[in-house]
Amino acid sequence: MPGVLPPTPSQTVGPFYGYALPFTGGGDIAPAGHPDTVTVHGYVRDGNGDPIPDAVIETWQAAPDGSLAGLPGSLRRDPVTGGFLGRNGVDFTGFGRVATDADGYWAVRTLTPPDATPYLSVCVFARGLMHHLYTRAYFTDDIPAGPLAELPAARRATLLAVPESDGLRRFDIRVQGERETVFLDFR
Amino acid sequence: MSSAELTQDHISAEIAERHEAVAKAVAEGARAPHHPPRDFTPYRSSILRHPQQPLIAVDGDPEAAELHGPVFGVTDVTDLDADLTRQHAGEPLGERITVTGRVLDRHGRPVRGQLVELWQANASGRYAHQRDQHPAPLDPNFTGVGRCLTDDQGQYSFTTVKPGAYPWRNHLNAWRPAHIHFSLFGTAFTQRLVTQMYFPGDPLFPYDPILQSVTDQAARDRLVAAYDHSLSRPEWSLGYRWDIVLDGPAATLPDPEENH
Ligand SMILES: [Fe+2]
Repeated sequence: MPGVLPPTPSQTVGPFYGYALPFTGGGDIAPAGHPDTVTVHGYVRDGNGDPIPDAVIETWQAAPDGSLAGLPGSLRRDPVTGGFLGRNGVDFTGFGRVATDADGYWAVRTLTPPDATPYLSVCVFARGLMHHLYTRAYFTDDIPAGPLAELPAARRATLLAVPESDGLRRFDIRVQGERETVFLDFR
Repeated sequence: MSSAELTQDHISAEIAERHEAVAKAVAEGARAPHHPPRDFTPYRSSILRHPQQPLIAVDGDPEAAELHGPVFGVTDVTDLDADLTRQHAGEPLGERITVTGRVLDRHGRPVRGQLVELWQANASGRYAHQRDQHPAPLDPNFTGVGRCLTDDQGQYSFTTVKPGAYPWRNHLNAWRPAHIHFSLFGTAFTQRLVTQMYFPGDPLFPYDPILQSVTDQAARDRLVAAYDHSLSRPEWSLGYRWDIVLDGPAATLPDPEENH
């Protein structure tokens, strides 16, 4: 049910969010020193295969115990300087935000999502992108029945955070063209 | 054609063509689109940055993680974050304004205790960002970043200065109308919104491919704040009101008001 009020339209994040949106420890979702930390990393590329150096990647996920309630403290602030303290080292907030670097590269360090929702929800913003895009980085290639499981194998493969080594998974995002990432619609 | 040769007339003609196509579809019974199409080519940077495959609808899954979302609290903001004029030793230059409004879901329910972030150029139209090379002065007393949490009515409020218009390189003589960038969270990650707020009566509106990427006039109007004299403070600041409605399914929480 779409509701009665018309929504506020989306607009591009533009090129100059860099001093506003990213925050210290934005990619350090796993509590500090947690033994089961997994790094999810990759590149964001455009329709020419060139890196997108001005994208923002946000991730949201369930805690390992299955909770989707989230916790505050992702942007924990220093009341003395107004700066960012980084997370408190114990709580799992479920939220990450990182900007891509000049190579279009990004990484978050997190914990493996639970079997019920075995993915990071990934939201992509960029200059030139009028309206953000959602995708999912699955930690299993056994996607449950539904519209994503029915995709052709090559397309479905773009949703997999590919294991590279212990504690390291690769998730590239291709906004357009060859091996274009599968993007999702929740409306 | 390089962007330096691309004229405003050329871009304006492309914009008109897209608007006419949408108006025709609406006249034939299509719903007016709320959001900009991702392939809005008058904004040249969109050309290589939009997907060509259709989005995959996953709206049938009540267990989707995206029907919940990040939460924020008092540790995530400081008291000074909502007043962009008090973040440095001195006062910034420019016209002091307050911007306030409510964040609602599409059912009109307030979004409570959620994070609102904004960023903007200074009064001269310059961002405190290394890559902004517009030869307008930086202001040592203005960064242009704000944050607050919405209250129990979904209300947010910021004190800042009115940003200046600034040039960009989409085409020859391209200028952005004055705007403030906003980032919002709802109760569900599906409601995430990044957008831009504009000021009423700006003569640059018709020339700007970013505002005009919203192809429906009524939808574009929802990006423009209202001057509200009752929000202006005597001998201090001018007030603007801008309410924000988040799209996307909210978390399926029971709402007693809806059961009447
Ligand atoms: Fe801007």
